[in-house]
Parts: sequence; C-alpha cells; structure tokens
Amino acid sequence: MTARVIITAPTKAKKGEIVTVTTLLAHVMENGFRHSSTGVPIPRDIVTEFVARYNGAEILRASLYPAIAANPYFAFEFVAEESGILDFSWMGDNGFAASRQIAINVE
Amino acid sequence: MTTRRQFLEGAGALTALSVIHLRAAQATPVAMQAAIDAVTGGAVLRPGRVKLDIPPLVENGNSIQCTVSVPGPTPASDRVRALHLFNEKNPQPNMFGVRFGPRAGPAKFTTRIRLAGTQTLVAVAKLADGSFWVDRVEVVVTLAACVEDP
Amino acid sequence: MTVLGSRILAGLFGVALAPLAELRAGEIPFAELRSGSELMSPDTRAMQDADSANPGMLWVIEGEALWNAKAGAANLACADCHGAAELAMRGVAARHPAFDAKRNQAVNLAGSIEWCRVERQKAPALTAEGPEALALEAYVARQSRGLSIASTDAALRPLIESGRELYLRRQGQLDLSCAHCHTENWGRKLAGLALSQGHPNGYPLYRLEWQSFGSLERRLRNCLTGMRAEPYPAGASEYLALEAYLKWRAHGMPMESPAVRP
Repeated sequence: MTARVIITAPTKAKKGEIVTVTTLLAHVMENGFRHSSTGVPIPRDIVTEFVARYNGAEILRASLYPAIAANPYFAFEFVAEESGILDFSWMGDNGFAASRQIAINVE
Repeated sequence: MTTRRQFLEGAGALTALSVIHLRAAQATPVAMQAAIDAVTGGAVLRPGRVKLDIPPLVENGNSIQCTVSVPGPTPASDRVRALHLFNEKNPQPNMFGVRFGPRAGPAKFTTRIRLAGTQTLVAVAKLADGSFWVDRVEVVVTLAACVEDP
Repeated sequence: MTVLGSRILAGLFGVALAPLAELRAGEIPFAELRSGSELMSPDTRAMQDADSANPGMLWVIEGEALWNAKAGAANLACADCHGAAELAMRGVAARHPAFDAKRNQAVNLAGSIEWCRVERQKAPALTAEGPEALALEAYVARQSRGLSIASTDAALRPLIESGRELYLRRQGQLDLSCAHCHTENWGRKLAGLALSQGHPNGYPLYRLEWQSFGSLERRLRNCLTGMRAEPYPAGASEYLALEAYLKWRAHGMPMESPAVRP
C-alpha cells in the first residue's frame, strides 16, 4: 500500500511571501526499545530522514531518531520565489521510502 | 482463555522486564553531552539566539509538539546552518538534527517528540559563522492511569 | 412528550431529541455533560481541531479510499449504493448503536459496516479493529463531526439498561465500577490526568498513549485492565451494551471523531 501522507501548504503565494508547510506521515516509528507482551524485543522500524525540496533545491534535510513520535508531523517555512514544485521524501528502516509532490503558484 | 492469575503474572513479568530494560538503555547527561560534542566538535555553546518552545507540563510522553527556532532577522553571515534537539533521559540522546539547504526559509522546525519522563531538553543552533547557541528547557511529563500495558 | 412529538419538534427547531430513558439519581444531568476534550491540554485540543495536525485524519483518508473502492463478489463500492458519504453518512455515527429491525438486533457502527460488506458487497468481513475496519469507521464517523449524539430508539432500551447495569457493577480486584471514576469523580486527578466523564463522542479516535487509532472497545478493555478486572473477550456483547448506555448518557453531545485523547 502507498504510504498515507497529509500535506498542507497554500496553492498560491505572493513572491517573497513566507509560506508554512505541514506534513503528516502514517508510520509506527517503532523505537526498537520495546518488548512484546511475551517479552520478545520488537525490532526498530523508524523513519530516519526527511527531505523537503523546492524546484529541486533543498529547503531542509532532517535526521530523525527513535524520539520522534509515531505518525511523524513536521512544520516549517520557506520563501516563495517562483512557481514550481515542492517535493517531500521520507526514508527509513527496512527500505521504507515515501514521497509526495505538490505545486505552488507564485504571483 | 487467560485466567486472572496468568494475566497478573504476565503483567508482573512485563513490568519487571521494562524496568530492567530502561536502566540498561537510558541516556544520561554525560551521554547527552557526548552527542552534543559530536555535533559541535566541542565548541563553546553560548546561551541565546536559539529558542525551544515546548509546554512545561505534558499529559503524555508519547507525543509532545515542540518548535526549535532562531527568531528574528538573520544576515548572511549569521545564516542558520542547522538546528538540533537532545535529551538526557530517553534511551538515546539525539532527537533530531535539521540541516538547512539553499532554499531554506526562516530557521524554524516543528515536530512531535517522545519523552521518557520528566527531564531537561537541549536545543542547539549552528550558525554560518561557526558559532553554536543553546537553549535548555525542563519538561514535566505526568503519568497516566489505566494504560494499555500496565 | 411522545417520541413522534419530539421528532417533529426536533425537525422544526433543530433541537436535540429527548432521550428515551429517565436519568437516575447520581447520573450526570445532560446540561452538565463535558467532553473529554474540555479536560485535556490546549495542545492536545489543537491537535484534534486541525485536520493538518490530527493523526486520526490518516485513517480518515484511508477510509475514504476504501469507501470508493470496489470490493467483493458483488464488485460494489460503498459509494455505488450510498453515493457521497458527506450526505449519506451524515449523522449515522451519532445514531449508533442502532436497532436493526431486519435482523432483530442492535448493532454498532462497525457492525453496520461489516453487515454491508458481507451482505451487500459479498466480501469477507474485515478483521475486527483491523486497520481497514478502523479506517472505514473513521471515515463514516467523520461525517458526524459536530452533530449531536441522538440516542432515541425505544427498541434499544433493554440494551441500554443492561449497559447501565454493567456500568454500575463493581468489578475486578480494585472493586470499582465505571461510575466510581467517570460519574462520581470526573474532573479529579487519577495519576497525573483528569478523570473524564467517560463519553464515547470521539470514537474511533487517536490516543497518544496507543500512538495509534482505536475503537471504543479497545478503550473499554483498557479501563477494565485499570480496574484489575479481566476484560470481556473481543467482540463480547457486554461492549455493545456499554456502548449503547454510554451513547445514551451522552445524548446531545457533539461528535468529535476523529478525536485525539492523551
């Protein structure tokens, strides 16, 4: 199944405007320090990296640890300079990879 | 079917296990300092500039929203390169490290974190001039009753 | 006033229908009902209120996809019969548990969804409380957000009464009833958190403790464990009876699903 993602960002912005983006990803973020009810260790399964790009160049790149809550939520800002594509990608344990693109129209 | 006795024995065993485990894998102020040094290369941390916003009292340690930022205008020489968050009591001291790229906007990152109990968190900002800035906040985590794994 | 009379009044003035049973001494008057969301921190409330921040919305969007996906030997999607959920499912969660006259039994929302899936879509039942069942329930319940719980079906009365009896019964090693915490001591602290009035108006919901989305039945199992009582087996009729009583005692409260709770 494709990873479930909820992204909010304006579809339109004025040139030079500071734009806020929020992202929510469905992921257990199993921290690797827990045991099952029968005492068996539950292996770590987390998202280790998140990258946000604007027309191919990085806004930010986050390294993530088991202390990030389940279903990771991020909010950050960037400056709208020209119309284009915002690209978000998540990478993690066990080959986890998810990505989403949205368009922004800058006037 | 599980009898009540089996259930209680199981619950007791689970509690004992998790206590031992937490002692075995817990960051300490020393471990946290080592993690910070790995980022700063041992440079001096100056209080100020960076700000950690987090509620002082939280009702569940599984998900606490927090924001690390360097507020105010930042000239090119002061550009924020990275923001980091550390803790002294979770199994690992690192929480996140954010590096800003060429398209970065204001230096500000919000996420939700886990806290294994009441402790002090440390936010660190790295600026383009090579300086490191720090903010420390103590967070009290309250305990819940009637949880799924007693 | 007759039930019919209240329905006409409700239709005319948009007021909540009168609940069908009388409050007993000690039960929380309808005017004093407080949602769990009023007792939690502003941060948790903000997480519930913004769709962009509410992790429960991840289950809602999956439920929307399932609503529109064809399934089973009948090759039908929920949408093929019901159309747009925003219209067809509006208020449905607020009216459950409901009495199904065709089968002569009460069902909760998950039960109604399962019946449609098996009888109409001719598909195997979804795993109870599995991710797909929770997602569909979340999507349907979302269509009742802000609408008042309406527990007005007279046919449910025997079930509500048996739920009330379970709610008042002392259980477990701590010898507590549900009422000891959630009727007599709500608002006081147990460990570090305020005791709620124990309302079902946010379910299914995202619980920070679970780090996931879950059903009312799961929460009731946690309560029983907290009382040091053995939870009823999964799917037991006691859960349905308790749900019917909880919905009745929360009559008129706005639905909040997908809610967030600590």
